[in-house]
Amino acid sequence: MNLKLVVWRQAGPQDKGRAVTYEARDISEHMSFLEMLDVVNEGLLSKGEEPIAFDSDCREGICGMCSLVINGVAHGPERGTATCQLHMRKFKDGDTITIEPWKARAFPVVRDLTVDRSAFDRIVQAGGFVSVNTGNAPDANAVPVPKTVADLAMDAAQCIGCGACVAQCKNASAMLFVAAKVSHLALLPQGQPEKQRRVLDMVARMDSEGFGNCTNQYECEAVCPKSISSSFIARMNREYLAASAARQPERREEGGY
Amino acid sequence: MPLPDAKIPSGPLEKKWDKHRFDLKLVNPANKRKYHVIVVGSGLAGASASATLAELGYRVTCLCFQDSPRRAHSIAAQGGINASKNYQNDGDSVYRLFYDTLKGGDFRAREANVYRLAQVSGAIIDQCVAQGVPFAREYGGYLANRSFGGAQVSRTFYARGQTGQQLLLGAYQALSRQISSGGVRMLVRSEMQDLVVEDGRAVGIVTRDLVSGKLASLSADAVVLASGGYSSVFYLSTNAVGCNVTAIHRAYRRGAYLANPCYTQIHPTCIPVNGDLQSKLTLMSESLRNDGRIWVPKAKGDRRAPADIPDAERDYYLERKYPSYGNLAPRDISSRSAKEACDDGRGVGEHGRGVYLDFSEAIRRLGRATIAERYGNLFEMYERITGEDPYQVPMRIYPAAHYTMGGLWVDYNLMSNVPGLFVIGEANFSDHGANRLGASALMQGLADGYFILPYTIGDYLAQKKKASPAPEAPVFRDVERESSERLGRLLEAKGRTPSDVFHRQLGKLLWDKCGMARNARGLKEALAEIPRLRERFWKEVSVPGTGESYNRALEKAGRVADYLEFAELLCQDALHRDESCGGHFREEHQTEDGEAKRNDEAFSYVAAWEYKGVGAPAALHREPLVFENVKPGQRSYK
Ligand SMILES: Cc1cc2nc3c(=O)[nH]c(=O)nc-3n(C[C@H](O)[C@H](O)[C@H](O)COP(=O)(O)OP(=O)(O)OC[C@H]3O[C@@H](n4cnc5c(N)ncnc54)[C@H](O)[C@@H]3O)c2cc1C
Repeated sequence: MNLKLVVWRQAGPQDKGRAVTYEARDISEHMSFLEMLDVVNEGLLSKGEEPIAFDSDCREGICGMCSLVINGVAHGPERGTATCQLHMRKFKDGDTITIEPWKARAFPVVRDLTVDRSAFDRIVQAGGFVSVNTGNAPDANAVPVPKTVADLAMDAAQCIGCGACVAQCKNASAMLFVAAKVSHLALLPQGQPEKQRRVLDMVARMDSEGFGNCTNQYECEAVCPKSISSSFIARMNREYLAASAARQPERREEGGY
Repeated sequence: MPLPDAKIPSGPLEKKWDKHRFDLKLVNPANKRKYHVIVVGSGLAGASASATLAELGYRVTCLCFQDSPRRAHSIAAQGGINASKNYQNDGDSVYRLFYDTLKGGDFRAREANVYRLAQVSGAIIDQCVAQGVPFAREYGGYLANRSFGGAQVSRTFYARGQTGQQLLLGAYQALSRQISSGGVRMLVRSEMQDLVVEDGRAVGIVTRDLVSGKLASLSADAVVLASGGYSSVFYLSTNAVGCNVTAIHRAYRRGAYLANPCYTQIHPTCIPVNGDLQSKLTLMSESLRNDGRIWVPKAKGDRRAPADIPDAERDYYLERKYPSYGNLAPRDISSRSAKEACDDGRGVGEHGRGVYLDFSEAIRRLGRATIAERYGNLFEMYERITGEDPYQVPMRIYPAAHYTMGGLWVDYNLMSNVPGLFVIGEANFSDHGANRLGASALMQGLADGYFILPYTIGDYLAQKKKASPAPEAPVFRDVERESSERLGRLLEAKGRTPSDVFHRQLGKLLWDKCGMARNARGLKEALAEIPRLRERFWKEVSVPGTGESYNRALEKAGRVADYLEFAELLCQDALHRDESCGGHFREEHQTEDGEAKRNDEAFSYVAAWEYKGVGAPAALHREPLVFENVKPGQRSYK
C-alpha cells in the first residue's frame, strides 16, 4: 500500500518545529508501524537526508521506549498495543497518517518524535521502591501472598513506563503511571513498611515535575498499551488520603511545638 | 600476553565459593567511598551490580544508551528464572541445577562457576520477592513454578510472560533508590565508545552523550561491562534493535580476550520471518513448550490446513526422537530438528520455513481459561503480529538468533585479563558453555550483579596501589581523539547507503554460513566476504548531519561498523572449533542420528582470542576445562 505521512520534525528543544509530508510507498500489511517508518528513513538516508528521529528498542511492546501520537491517538488506533506492535494491516492504501511526538510540559522534545521522559525516572527515585539492601531478604516463601493479591499487584506492575497516559490526557496528568507503581507496592506485604511515605513522596514529585491534575476522563486507560485499569487511581487516592492523615502528627513535631 | 590463571579455588566443589570468599581481600567500609566504579549497562546484570555496589558504599556511575535504565533489553525476557529451591519437592538440589546447566552447555563450561551459580540461585529469588517482584503464586499464597527445557524438575519462577520485566523493574527500583541517595550517578542516552587502559589496567572509558553528541572521559578505579549480548550481529534476532557488540568489541581491541564467540544460541520458538524489511523477530517463550506440542506433516509438501491433517499423518518429531524430554528438549537440539524438518520439505507456512506449535490438545484437556491464564499475553502478541488466533489454529514457529554464550573472557572473579576490567551478565563468556538452558540467563545476570561481583571487585580494589589518572590526563585525551576521528570518518564517507542495508547483508551472510549449521567451506566463504562488505561500508555508508547533535544515523553506523569487524572473529572461532558442541554445530561432525559430536580430546577448552588488528587473524589462547566432579558424556535427552 502507499501512504501519505505528515510527520513532526523539530531539530531540537529550542527549534519551533513543523509538520513535513512524506510518501511511504510499497508498504506491506505485515510490517509494523515502525518498520514502515524504517522504510521512509532508509529512503531519506539514500538521498543523504537526516532520518526522522523516533525512539524504539525491543519492538515487542515491553521496553516502553517507543511512543508516537498517530492520528491524534497515543500509540495509534489498536487498543492495548504499543506503536511497535501496531501493524500496517490496521491501515488502508491511500491513507494520510499524522505522526506527532508525546506532547506534555514535563516531556520536552529532544528531536523530531523523541521526547525526554526522565521525569518518570525521578518520580520512581522519589520513593517507588522497597528499601531492602541486597542480602537482607528472608526466604522467598516465608511470607505467603494470596494469589488474588499477587495477581492484582502484577496487573499494576505491568506498566511499561511509556508515557502514553500523559500524552493522551488533556491535563498531561501522570496519575495512571504513579498509581500503578503505588498500587503494585502497596498491595504486597513487602511494600507495607514504606507505603505512606512512598505515596506522599511520589505524588509530591509528580506535582513538582509539572504534570497536570486528573479530572477523571480515563483517556489514559484507553491508550495504555498494557490496559492498566484506572481503578488503580482510586486506590492511590485512598492510599494518599490515609497517608496524609497519618502524617499530620509527625509534621507537627517537626514544626517544633 | 598469556592467558592469566582463572583463579578457580582449590578444594571440594561445594566449598570452593565459601573458601574463596574468605580468601578475598576486603575493602574497609570507611574506605569504600574512595573508590569509583563505572558500570556500563543497566540490564539485570548492570542494575543489580550498580545498586549493590552503592549499597556497600562505593561511588558508582552507571550508563545506558536508552532514555531510562528501565528499558535495558532484560526487560523483554518472558519465560522465567531458575533456582534450585526445590519448593516442588520434585528432587531438585544445587547439585542437580549445576549438573543440568553443565550438561545443557554440552560440557564446555567451568564446573566451579556453574556450581557457584546454582548455589546463589535461591538467594536471588529471596531478594527479588523482598523487592516486591510479583512472581506467580499458587492459591495457598506460595510461589508457583513451571518447567523449562533441559530439566525434568519444575524450578522456574515466573511473572506471567513478563518475568524479565518484573525482575528488571525490581533491580531498577533498587538502582533508583541509590540514585536518589547519591550513591549512583546515572547517565542515560550515553554510549561507551572506548575503554581506556593505562599500564595494562582499565582506568576508565570514553563516552558519547547521544543527545549533545559530546565525547567525555570518565576515570574510575574499576570498569564493569554489563552491556549484554551480540545476537543482533545476525541482524534479525529476538534482541532489541539497539543491542550491540560495541562495548565488548572496543574492550577486545584494547587487549581484553574474547572467548568462544562462536557459541551462539538459536532459539527454537520464534515467529517466522515475514518479508525482507522486517526489523526483528519475536520470541514465543519456551514456556509454551510446557503445553504446546510441536509437529510437522509426515508427508513432504503437504499443504492441507493443520486441522485437516489427521493425527496419524503428523510427525511430533521431538516426542518421537526424544521420548523422555519430548517437547522440552534443549534449545540447540529443538532448533536443529526444526531446521531438519524444513530442509526435508515438511515445513509449514507460506515459505515452508515453519513448524506447528499446537495447543489444541492442552485446550481440550485444561480448558481455554487455564491456557489463557498461563500464556494469555503471548497468545495476544502472536495474534497481533501474525493476524492469526492461536486458540483456533496452531502457532507457526521457527528458530531465530537469540542469545550469545560467548563474550569477554573472565576469571572466577569475573575479571577479564585486563586488570580492573570486569564483565558480567550476557557480555561475559560465562557459565553456559556451548548452549544455555532456558531461564538461566536471568539467573546468571542477577547472580553476577547481586552476589558475585560485589565481593570479587573488592579484592581488586583492596590491592590496587596506584590511583587512576584524571580524565584530563593524556591517556584519556588520546582515546577521546581516536573516538572522535572514527566518528569523523563515518560522517565523511558521504555515501548513499543506509547502515541497515549493510547490517542486513552481514546478517544474512552469517545466518547462512555461521548460523544453525556451519561447515568449513561456508565459513571460509564468509571470512572472504566480510572484509569486502566492511570496505564497501566505509566507502558507501550514508551518515548525514553532524557529530555534535542527536544523530541516530551516526549511532547506528558506529554499531554496524563494530559488527563488521567482530563478525570475522565469530567466523574464525567457528572455523577453528572443528567439532560440534551445543549451539555450535559443524556439519562435518555429527553422530549417526544427527546429534552434535564433540571432540573432547582436541577441544575441551575455552578459546580466548587476542586482537591483532582489523582484518588480521586473532591469536588463540586456550584455557583447558578440567572436570573433577562430572564426567562429560554424550548428551542424551532420549
Ligand atoms: C526476547 C527474549 C526473551 C528472553 N527470555 C529469557 C527468559 O525467560 N529467561 C532467561 O533466563 N533469559 C531470557 N532471555 C535472555 C536474557 O534476557 C538476557 O540474556 C539478559 O537479560 C541479559 O542481561 P544483561 O544485563 O547482561 O544485558 P541487557 O539487559 O541486554 O542490558 C544491556 C545494557 O547495556 C547497555 N549498553 C549496551 N551497550 C552499551 C554501550 N556501548 N554504551 C552504554 N551502554 C550500553 C544497554 O543500554 C543496557 O542497559 C531472553 C532474551 C530475549 C532476547
